[in-house]
Amino acid sequence: MARQEKKTDAVIVGLGWTGSILAMELAEAGLQVLALERGEDRDTVPDFAYPRMIDELKYGIRLKLMNRPADSTLTIRRSLQETALPYRVLGSFLPGNGVGGAGVHWNGHTWRALPEELRLRSYVTEKFGAKVIGPDLTIADWGVTYDELEPYFDRFEYVCGISGQAGNLGGQTQAGGNPFEGPRKRAYPLPPLPTLLNGKMFGDAAKAMGYHPFPLPSANLSDTWTNEYGMQLGPCNFCGFCERFGCINYSKSAPQTCILGALKHKPNFSYRTRAEVIRVELSADRKTATGVTYVDDQGEEVFQPADLVILAAYQFYNVHLLLLSGIGKPYVAETGEGVVGKNYAYQMSGGTSLFFKNVNFNPFVGAGSSAMVIDDFSMNQVDFGREGFIGGSYISSGQFNGRPIASMPLPPGTPAWGAGWKQGIKDWYGHSMSIGSHGSNMSCRDCYLDLDPTYRNKYGQPKLRMTFDWKPNDIRMTQFMRSKIEAIARSMNPTHWASGYKGEGAHYDVRPYQTTHNVGGAIMGTDPTQSAVNRYLQSWDVHNVFVMGSSAFPQNLQYNPTGTVGALAYWSARAIRQDYLKNPRPLA
Amino acid sequence: MKALLRIVGVLILIGIVVVLGLMFVPPQRTAPAAALPADYQPPPGAGRAVAVAGDCMACHTAPKGQPYAGGLAVPSPFGVIYSTNITPDKETGIGNYTLDEFRAVLIDGVRKDGAHLYPAMPYPSYRKMSEPDVRALYAYLMNDVKPVHAAAPVTALEFPFNQRWGIRAWDWVALPKAGFEPHMGDARLDRGAYLVEGLAHCGSCHTPRNRLTFAEKGYDARSGDFLTGAVLNGWPAPDLRAKDSDAQRWSAAQLAALLATGRSDTTGVAGEMATAVEHSLQYLPKDDLDAVVGYLQAIRQDRAVAGQTAPRANAVATTATLNGASPQIDLGARLYLDNCSACHFTNGKGAKAVFPQLDGNALVTAQDAGGLIAVILNGAAIPSTQLRPARLAMPDFGWRLKDDEVAALATFVRQSWSNDAPAVTGTDVAKVRAASASAR
Repeated sequence: MARQEKKTDAVIVGLGWTGSILAMELAEAGLQVLALERGEDRDTVPDFAYPRMIDELKYGIRLKLMNRPADSTLTIRRSLQETALPYRVLGSFLPGNGVGGAGVHWNGHTWRALPEELRLRSYVTEKFGAKVIGPDLTIADWGVTYDELEPYFDRFEYVCGISGQAGNLGGQTQAGGNPFEGPRKRAYPLPPLPTLLNGKMFGDAAKAMGYHPFPLPSANLSDTWTNEYGMQLGPCNFCGFCERFGCINYSKSAPQTCILGALKHKPNFSYRTRAEVIRVELSADRKTATGVTYVDDQGEEVFQPADLVILAAYQFYNVHLLLLSGIGKPYVAETGEGVVGKNYAYQMSGGTSLFFKNVNFNPFVGAGSSAMVIDDFSMNQVDFGREGFIGGSYISSGQFNGRPIASMPLPPGTPAWGAGWKQGIKDWYGHSMSIGSHGSNMSCRDCYLDLDPTYRNKYGQPKLRMTFDWKPNDIRMTQFMRSKIEAIARSMNPTHWASGYKGEGAHYDVRPYQTTHNVGGAIMGTDPTQSAVNRYLQSWDVHNVFVMGSSAFPQNLQYNPTGTVGALAYWSARAIRQDYLKNPRPLA
Repeated sequence: MKALLRIVGVLILIGIVVVLGLMFVPPQRTAPAAALPADYQPPPGAGRAVAVAGDCMACHTAPKGQPYAGGLAVPSPFGVIYSTNITPDKETGIGNYTLDEFRAVLIDGVRKDGAHLYPAMPYPSYRKMSEPDVRALYAYLMNDVKPVHAAAPVTALEFPFNQRWGIRAWDWVALPKAGFEPHMGDARLDRGAYLVEGLAHCGSCHTPRNRLTFAEKGYDARSGDFLTGAVLNGWPAPDLRAKDSDAQRWSAAQLAALLATGRSDTTGVAGEMATAVEHSLQYLPKDDLDAVVGYLQAIRQDRAVAGQTAPRANAVATTATLNGASPQIDLGARLYLDNCSACHFTNGKGAKAVFPQLDGNALVTAQDAGGLIAVILNGAAIPSTQLRPARLAMPDFGWRLKDDEVAALATFVRQSWSNDAPAVTGTDVAKVRAASASAR
């Protein structure tokens, strides 16, 4: 029999970006809010303190801030025919852990979804005809429009202090910004980061080819910022320790730097760490949740009653909790029925490295979001009918870091070990830049999440199982981007260059790091037979459960997800505060 | 010869009588400053406001301890003094104190049992408290604070400081008159004076002390010594009155920001002041904050901070040296690049309201470098406050830098840009390191 804690108004599962946002919003609404975080407590000092954090081996390679697979992982297979195996060594993606979640160790690329991406199926159907959508593509509209989300994109950007250059202010194209973005009501809070040499060279080359370069919208701040909560951030110093690291400098937007300090002043907010939620408990009629059960740091099961349950864990764990708790109908790939676990998607990316014998890029000067970008091949620019795929990508050249272990690109043909390798490092460290494609990933009938029939977690529950592989549509997309990038690269006349893009027949490989942009599985929409949550991120089946995060994405954007994740959290929070709390019921 | 012996004998006798008197004659309690009816009810919230303005919490709560349950170790030149439990617990707290006994604590520094408190308890300042404030605080501590049954550690100083009757003599010599006498000629400024000189006991740190009695050299602005800066446990509490002090140079808005949020545009609070902001000053009502700021800037003195060197007329080309980053630069400059420039930048300007400016920073250029050394060794944190909740912390570098390295670094920042303060030695650093270690 689990120990029972005192009832709270709202319990929040996970204290990362969305957990912090919802906790703040609900605390401001006057609710007693309790957040349960499975990992440890973390703050800039002491946990990210200089110089201990600047340790590539510990944090960059041994991944000390990440969730350990031994504590919790999922199984992975690439097709319905394979037997899934546990993801025992972190590789392809790095789910976060602890207070701040992945918001601690992200790079800081902060985008808005394009208007067209949020109504993708309608956009494709209207513009190119329904026949363009292959039979296995399960892409969908989100149920919320760009115009509806605009104030919430804006709010999240202003909470973060995003540094960027607007390209579309109220329909007016702005010089130096992204002309293809959705209209924004006001400029970014801060001007863009200064452009580094690689960005200038890429931008100049792209411009010469008629493209529209602009600086990447960055959560590494270009100046000091004080947000609506009074939280303050400082200017980024380009130390190059962003992704996989906590910011030493209060310069990267994160729950710690943007929200938590203010949230901890709220007397009606509290949080417990080392409290891993294992189940949402339901009432007898299964129409409402009564709270959650978690395992505390002593290994004891605790029932935490609550009137409102916010799932704000990482995408996988949100979906896993829904499946373990019996909330919503599990998706079955063979029949296409059911919703929970449906439309898992990832991110299709590729890149070209350019080596310049006589150019020194000083790569130890870098920032996670220091990049120049073109969006001339974005989702709303590509002719899907002509090109034979649905998708888009932004193309960028960033200089994120020059870390000595992992950031040592070498020209093709350089020996991989020994004296030849050493000579290669001497010759080429600091002499390379890259141009990358960061592309969408369309959801497919047989890419999904469910409960593994074999493997169990340390609590005896079935592990989550991922079924995912690269599909021809997305490989065509990345090959299209390759042709565009290589043309730019050639025009820059490097000494050497080398490309890495997925080709025909490529399969998903979990070993090399790709991206921690895992999406879907608890997708939002307007039809309860096709989506797990409604347009307010509310469970269709259990109305006092709301599910935050990228698990709501029906397919993946061509962009990094955090900007949209933040906007959706504020959008959902507003619906809860203004509508749901007055009269708890299904909002759609 | 006989006469001489007789005189000596009489003197010894007088001495014995005085000592016996000091030891055994019950102390006289000062009468209430105003006669309030026995059933007087303080306005709602008044008691909490007094407790906050008086910053009772800062000393009477141990780290991670229950509010007001005492047990904080307060270092003093005479040894460690432990704060007491002032929750209304009847056995270990002040639950059995009558109003008169409670007043005697605040005004006379005398406990219920008649023993004298060490003046680490700022009763020389609290003596200015009005009777309504005394009543409000009593009501608050007795009724609104949760009783905690926990005996705080007993203060046990070595002889002769364990002879508490000796404090009685100290009180005779050092204690100012009880009660607050308006002297600023303006209601708002007098309110500021009442807070600064009385409840908020700013003089405890900021007023220099008499070398012999260790008493503050003045208890209100009519004393030229009041709030003119002191060194407390090796930490410089800045002069607040000299014309080139921060308190006088800054705009009223900047000074108010420092008190209310722990940070101004160019610097942040550290040391004991961080505690004062965290527990007390940030909660002052706006009118009181304005009164405090107005009062402080009204008691300006037309002189420079003692021992503080003026900024160089021609700044040193520190920024260019650092930006050059030559492998041959001096140790101090190299250590600055490796440890400090990420936040404070090569121009020493930091970032507005986030990273303190080192060029022209009073803690950096203070005559006594103890504060600067302590910050380098132990780190520092601008506390999280209601209006500016970001806790902005600088990490510690003492584990990483040797004494000579800290000295080189401290000297570098004290002599760079427009700073022109004397060098720091490894011995200076060793002293601060030892003091920090023993405080832990």
